[in-house]
Amino acid sequence: MAALSELINGFGTALTPQNLLYAFLGVLLGTAIGVLPGIGPAMTLALLLPLTYGLNPTSAFIMFAGIYYGGMYGGSTTSILLNTPGESASVVTAIEGNKMAKSGRAAQALATAAIGSFVAGTIGTLLVVVLAPTVVDLALKLGAPDFFAIMVLAFVAVTSVLGASRIRGFASLLIGLAIGLVGIDQVTGQQRLTYGVPQLADGIDVVVVAVGLFAVGEALWIAAHLRRGTAQVIPTGRARMGREDWARSWKPWLRGTALGFPFGAVPAGGAEVPTFLSYVTEKRLSKHKDEFGHGAIEGVAGPEATNNASAAGGLVPLLTLGLPTTATAAVLLAAFQQYGIQPGPLLLENEPELVWGLLASLFIGNVILLVLNLPLAPMWAKLLRIPRPYLYAGILFFASVGAYAVNASTVDLMVLLVLGSLGFLMRRYGLPVVPAVIGVILGPRAEVQMRRALQISDGELSGLITPFSAVIYALIALVLLWPLVNRFVIRRFRRPRHPVPVGHSHALVELADELAAPPGEERREEGDEKADEEPEHATADAPRRQT
Amino acid sequence: MTIVVGYIPTPEGRAALAAAVEEALRRDESLLVLNASRGDAYVDPGFAPAEELESVRGQLSAARVGFDVRQLVRGKEPAEEVVQAAAEVGAELIVIGLRRRSAVGKLIMGSTAQRILLDAPCAVLAVKADAHHPAGERTRT
Repeated sequence: MAALSELINGFGTALTPQNLLYAFLGVLLGTAIGVLPGIGPAMTLALLLPLTYGLNPTSAFIMFAGIYYGGMYGGSTTSILLNTPGESASVVTAIEGNKMAKSGRAAQALATAAIGSFVAGTIGTLLVVVLAPTVVDLALKLGAPDFFAIMVLAFVAVTSVLGASRIRGFASLLIGLAIGLVGIDQVTGQQRLTYGVPQLADGIDVVVVAVGLFAVGEALWIAAHLRRGTAQVIPTGRARMGREDWARSWKPWLRGTALGFPFGAVPAGGAEVPTFLSYVTEKRLSKHKDEFGHGAIEGVAGPEATNNASAAGGLVPLLTLGLPTTATAAVLLAAFQQYGIQPGPLLLENEPELVWGLLASLFIGNVILLVLNLPLAPMWAKLLRIPRPYLYAGILFFASVGAYAVNASTVDLMVLLVLGSLGFLMRRYGLPVVPAVIGVILGPRAEVQMRRALQISDGELSGLITPFSAVIYALIALVLLWPLVNRFVIRRFRRPRHPVPVGHSHALVELADELAAPPGEERREEGDEKADEEPEHATADAPRRQT
Repeated sequence: MTIVVGYIPTPEGRAALAAAVEEALRRDESLLVLNASRGDAYVDPGFAPAEELESVRGQLSAARVGFDVRQLVRGKEPAEEVVQAAAEVGAELIVIGLRRRSAVGKLIMGSTAQRILLDAPCAVLAVKADAHHPAGERTRT
């Protein structure tokens, strides 16, 4: 139980007035950006990174963690009150949540989302505390070839799960890896892809890449595609729940936590898949099946718990292996590097104050989230009245200031604009941005591990194969070959399927088909327009908001 | 010659509509009900949902005035839209609702009513939300 005493020390760090303030600030900011569609925690972290250079790392990370959790929660408010998910992880919440709000149960939907997030976040963080030291023990036994294999798995898995098309995903990953190559090769000292520009020799700063692709790209996209039109927020009071709501919510919360945490911990594209799975599970297990599609509280409680649990789960590989499973975690990894902290198995040993302070602050952040959100949800909805041009002007301003602050160099501003245009083009042609960002951040680290392994084996490719890495490569092969397997082996045994709506991710569509097929028939007849209209509206913009 | 009324789904907007109906009956003119939003925020409390406009149409038919209801979302300020519509139809009168605003609030957010008052090509009737005569009641008489 060394972990528990360490955690108590962590509370000592997190409960100082200064750190409490940063936790509060982070949660506040995180919820706000979670509420606003199109602005995710990853973008916000990237924007804030340069502004936090002056802070000590512990305070900065406490704030970042607040943003991460707050962002996961904030998305549900918009999903429920507006039917526009603020966050890709809240897409599923909109299906039942908005129906509940329309039938006058907005307060209950908001309450079950807030309390479910709290329960899942707390259990999830507890699991991180328990698991992290164990995983570190395992990770210490891994060598360079194993780490390389795990990183390749992360690339492949994230790319295959996110977005509408694998080919586009891999194209995006390649863009990211190429950007990550720019600069002086760490082993031989050669310049790569710098084209004689001396300022590029240090490489392109990760902050500039993340801000350019996320913030500038999104701002340009919004500027080009500002859809005129406004929606109605469903008015509501203070979030609250009745006895029956509690009785119907607690099981979905726990099941959601159980689903979300492992999915967050493996590189499977964050919260989208598990939230969807949770929704389908709740629909199956519910005693009120007829209410699904008309506002069933289980359909809000489950997915909302899931997305917070997966946010917690994502911290396990990040803190123990230095492996990000989501875009937000990738930017957090970049933040570690900014502060000169090496994330990986030694992090827990080298920076105990930071890690345990961070984990303790997550518990505190969860409490703040709950206290803040039960009474304030209607106020958050008011943020949506801000005209988007104002919002994105502010984002562009922060993006430029941040990019300039990194090295105080105008070349970085140019690079920012180029990458911003690239981000715009990627959105235009449907390339998901997340694989690119993960490629930029993780690419150089994967390269170091690969080169190290090859140096040890004196250039023999066999040096990359160890028993552990062989298993990982087999997994990668399975992920890559899955569409073929699915097509030629599995599909043959199934009846022909109805056409797949564009814009959904592969995995989701497959799951949807698989799980909705048996009871789907009668629903399609009576509630076809109703049942299909809302989720489609909700997910229409989702794929490019994987932040 | 018509009467243009700037309508928003608030007590002030409903008071303006009620006053406009009275004016229309008195002057024997038709009404142009205008609901406008810039449409660049996710949510605009001034934007009237479809049901709201439907109930406005119902009220106006019941009051037996000639009317037209328009909803404009094309990125222009509501004030601009109202003034432009008034100029277009050669309106005799614009009716708007007024609410209490603080000096600082007006400084930061601007005031739609003020811009209409200053820019209008015709007379403007400004109405306050009236506690004694709820808007819905008056139009039915």
